[in-house]
Amino acid sequence: MAVKMYSGKEIEVNDEGYFLEPDKWSGEIATEIATEIGIVLTEEHIKVIDFLRNDFKSKGSLPTMRRIKKVGGIQTKDLYRLFPEGPLKKACKIAGLAKPASCI
Amino acid sequence: MSEDKIKKISIVCSKGSLEGIYPALIMANGARMEGIEASLFFTFFGMDAITKKKMHKIKVATVGNPAMGIPTIIGAIPGMSAMATKMMSKQMDELDIPPIPEFIEMIHDAGGKVFACKASVDMFKLKKEDFCDEVDDILTVGQFYELSAGAQIIFT
Repeated sequence: MAVKMYSGKEIEVNDEGYFLEPDKWSGEIATEIATEIGIVLTEEHIKVIDFLRNDFKSKGSLPTMRRIKKVGGIQTKDLYRLFPEGPLKKACKIAGLAKPASCI
Repeated sequence: MSEDKIKKISIVCSKGSLEGIYPALIMANGARMEGIEASLFFTFFGMDAITKKKMHKIKVATVGNPAMGIPTIIGAIPGMSAMATKMMSKQMDELDIPPIPEFIEMIHDAGGKVFACKASVDMFKLKKEDFCDEVDDILTVGQFYELSAGAQIIFT
């Protein structure tokens, strides 16, 4: 466990930088995390992040890649284009959510 | 992360049963999700997973499969394999594991490469048109090794 500073706030994260306190997340923070991992956020990225956060809020678990496509309407190809080399992990990190633990 | 991080894998799928195909697909998809380059090479009956006429009809082996826990003679009753497949598919769907054709599409969309083995294609007298659209090419073993340079090769 570690504490990181994002937009002037102290936030608890795990060793890999995933949020332990999703409620402290904000759009500003998302931009900061994205910059850290080399992603410039666009409308398309934000659509994915919003889906992840909303789905997590209503279901209590992180969606799979399949669910992002089926329920979120975001194509797998686009996910890999937006978040190259580890789409679900990167998107979850930017969204201030836990590290995905599913194999799918 | 250590320098020994896996960067590239090639998976050979040689079996045509449900339980023979899924591990290969799950490993290939999982690799792509971690940013690992992935190629799938289907050979022998494994090619059923990418053959248009067969990919929707893949079944669990209920005979010669001691782990199923049902006697071979029961497993041989017509409909047993279909029933076991239905049950397993339902469970997998609940876990968001896609059916085989959708899974192949997903892996391909994720940038995974899909190949058929030339020797098996010739043996089963198949053509490129017999395969689903996601199949990138039909390769000889030599070509497969060539494109697997620097990769870990996994045989299933």
